Amino acid sequence: MSGRFQRLAEASRATVAFTVDGGTVAGLEGDTLMVAMLTASHALRDSEFGDGRRSGFCLMGACQDCWVWTVDGERLRACTTVVAPGLSISTHQPEATWPNQS
Amino acid sequence: MSPAPIQSDVAIIGGGLMGCSAAFFLRQRGLSVTLLETDKVGRQASGTNFGNVRRQGRPIFQLPLANRASAIWRQANELLGSDVEYLPGGHMRITFKDRPENVGVMEDYAAKAREEGLDLEILNGNALRGRFPWLGPDVLAGSYSPLDGHANPRLASPAFARAAERLGARIIEDTKIVHASKSGEDFELVADDSRRFCAPILLVTAGAWAGSICAQFGEPVPLTPRAPTMTVTEPVPYAIAPSVGVMTPDEVETVYFRQVARGNLVLGGSIRAPSFPDEYRAYVMPENTLTQFQHIRRLAPGLAPLSIIRVWSGIEGYTDDSLPVMGASAKVPGLFYAFGFSGSGFQIGPGVGETMAELIATGATDIPLAPYAVSRF
Amino acid sequence: MAEPVLNPTTSDEPRVIIVGAGPAGVRAAEALVAAGLRPLLIDESRRDGGQIYRRQPEGFTRSYEALYSSEATRARAVHETFERLRPQIDYWPETLLWNVSEGCAWTHCNGEARATPYSALIVCAGATDRLLPIKGWNLAGCYSMGGAQIALKAQACAIGQQVVFLGTGPLLYLVAAQYVKAGANVAAVLDTSPFSGRIRALPKLLALPDLLWAGAKLTLDLMRAGIPVLTGVTPKEIHGSTDGGVTGITVQAGSKSRHFACDAVGMGWHLRPETQIADLTRCEFTFDDVTRQWLAKTDAVGRATTPGVYLAGDGARVLGARGAEVTGELAALAALVDLGHTTDEGRRRALLAQKAKYRRFAEGLAKAFPWPHCLAARVPDEAIVCRCECVTAGTLRASVTETGAVETNRAKAFSRVGMGRCQGRYCGNAAAEIIAATRGQSISSAGRLRGQAPVKPIAIATVKVSS
Repeated sequence: MSGRFQRLAEASRATVAFTVDGGTVAGLEGDTLMVAMLTASHALRDSEFGDGRRSGFCLMGACQDCWVWTVDGERLRACTTVVAPGLSISTHQPEATWPNQS
Repeated sequence: MSPAPIQSDVAIIGGGLMGCSAAFFLRQRGLSVTLLETDKVGRQASGTNFGNVRRQGRPIFQLPLANRASAIWRQANELLGSDVEYLPGGHMRITFKDRPENVGVMEDYAAKAREEGLDLEILNGNALRGRFPWLGPDVLAGSYSPLDGHANPRLASPAFARAAERLGARIIEDTKIVHASKSGEDFELVADDSRRFCAPILLVTAGAWAGSICAQFGEPVPLTPRAPTMTVTEPVPYAIAPSVGVMTPDEVETVYFRQVARGNLVLGGSIRAPSFPDEYRAYVMPENTLTQFQHIRRLAPGLAPLSIIRVWSGIEGYTDDSLPVMGASAKVPGLFYAFGFSGSGFQIGPGVGETMAELIATGATDIPLAPYAVSRF
Repeated sequence: MAEPVLNPTTSDEPRVIIVGAGPAGVRAAEALVAAGLRPLLIDESRRDGGQIYRRQPEGFTRSYEALYSSEATRARAVHETFERLRPQIDYWPETLLWNVSEGCAWTHCNGEARATPYSALIVCAGATDRLLPIKGWNLAGCYSMGGAQIALKAQACAIGQQVVFLGTGPLLYLVAAQYVKAGANVAAVLDTSPFSGRIRALPKLLALPDLLWAGAKLTLDLMRAGIPVLTGVTPKEIHGSTDGGVTGITVQAGSKSRHFACDAVGMGWHLRPETQIADLTRCEFTFDDVTRQWLAKTDAVGRATTPGVYLAGDGARVLGARGAEVTGELAALAALVDLGHTTDEGRRRALLAQKAKYRRFAEGLAKAFPWPHCLAARVPDEAIVCRCECVTAGTLRASVTETGAVETNRAKAFSRVGMGRCQGRYCGNAAAEIIAATRGQSISSAGRLRGQAPVKPIAIATVKVSS
């Protein structure tokens, strides 16, 4: 496993398949989205103001530095969202092209 | 024994955008100026408003003043030596489909505005969405003003104050004037800590707090303090140039938004809340935040997934006819007013400052001020 | 006097609302239920327990001892109390209190907002880590100390392969020891407090001898495990790249510069109370010299200055989980008195005596592990202070020296410090120190960032529903 977070226990849970930026990722049942993503990669999102990738900070829903996007443009706070099968996550802001979602 | 009063050519009560820009332009004309502010400059209506630099939608008779202000906004950064984040991205006024009568009103307004030098383009239905694809299907038509835009209210008044100070104005914050009177040639102003300020000319730019001052000079003006419903979203990539607002007689539908260069969207409008000038406090009512959301979603459905990260408000002074009081006192020589801008003062602010400076320094101005006479109350 | 009857079936009848299902909120609920009321307990999390007694997800198998160490018995008791109360209270999990206005709590859950009137609002909002900005702390791989603990406690993960813990306070040693025990690789424990402070603080720390001993034992455990534990360090820089994140950290320890390779840093300097809700209810605040923080004013039992608002737990004043249980119950008793109930005076006195003990211990901790405000004041110009808006210390200082900001809200208006998504939770304390130092004035004169709704972000998609 080449992620940022390291599992130390509770590793025998069922896997949950979802996608991040188009690639398939396997989390475990009961993972937060943040843990499911960061056990497989090193970051969650870009800082809006050019200082690089961000990987969350507080894990308790306070710092708001772990928001990711579904492919439909919905926002998910990765540390307070439970990973679910079939989620399709983007680590980049969808509004770059401002689709008219009307 | 109390210290000698501070003497100047002009004393200004109220450090909002009107007072700060007047101080700046009065210094440009060589008059000595003392500006007195209860709190910090630009903290209430001037600092908390939406930031529209919008001419369209104003009364036609106000357009000369708006045009004068527009010229100042375009050169504000150079004039003030500091960035007020003026973004000339245009202004769009739209009407929803359930108010088709507004299209005729827009066309009529555009014809008259053109004569005052304001070019507006009326766009219908799909032409509008072709150019601004984020507008929703509920939008029937729009009036586009390519040369308007928006700026940052938090920065504008303090920037004028600092520029005025560099030109030699005295900007005195944390100073609440509790008594104003005229004896002989001079107005005498007394602060709550007994400091005194004297000047032969007094300009009252005290916004929602102006009522008690003009009452001391026998010209009471009823003012209703209200609080705008303001909101800002998380930052998203910059893509929306114009400031956009809804034209409607229904306050709850009156919403507007703009995107700042850093990416956040500023949302404003829907119902205004009461505010509390004596406590220096204004609060956003949660209910109004939610009705604002509702109509913002009609205006631009693509904004729905965005998170808002903060709401705020400030204290605005409304007159009964929503027009400001601006010009010379009808009773007291040397006394001038510019207040009661009723939630529509930001764009014209620098024009008000320049016009009041011109009026005070020369005794006249070409800008029509008759509709704003204090004597109408 | 007749007891007011709160009818649980009509939701527009004002009722007692508790915010937060941690130790304070659960004990408050228990006292209200005992008095015959049916309170509404609102909590942001999926499960009860708060942050400190946060429960692992269903299906996880670690023991209470593994999760909560020396506090396992207390954690279990709080969880069991909640389970017992569950049928006698209304419980809204995953619900955010985002605003308060005119006697109504405005909540948000699943994209829906509703207003619920209250007769009493007991705010047990908890605390978050207090942070000192370090150059590079915006890099991926930096986490708050509480965050590092939650990764382990709630998800059985370490925040990296090689973790450095930096900061001060009991949580620094607790989290590091928990990581070691769980099998994580801890590269170093770096404490900004000098060891001597602990000796000076002993008289106050003896208020809770068992906690003092448990704390001392943590340090011994770490040393026995061969982990470098440095005290009195000055953090210099967290190194790394904008893409790959953290690669190491440099601190000054005495006359030596020490570098530790790592891919994660857990950092924190005690806690700061979550005061936004108190602010939105228009409570008055007061500056606390011991912690150099602003706290909402309360009387001894937790009554805030706004009638009908009560504060308890770490959100009122950081007294730890044990203290939270006491202040939660006290606040509920105060609310009951104000609602016309008769309460047990002896119980109240006993709780106040316990609270005094926790207060004394907390003062000892503040002395033993001081907030390094001088380091905050000296954060280098190029370091980011506000992670949300990427405002550097230099920009913040310029808002004071060039544009005349005299306090934090003005500095926020000019520089955007504290203006981002987290609303200053993670930069506010340090920003105030920088402003005060730049002006050469006291920290209290720098004021505090006013809380503004929403307490956490909500989407424009949010719709209003009736209760």
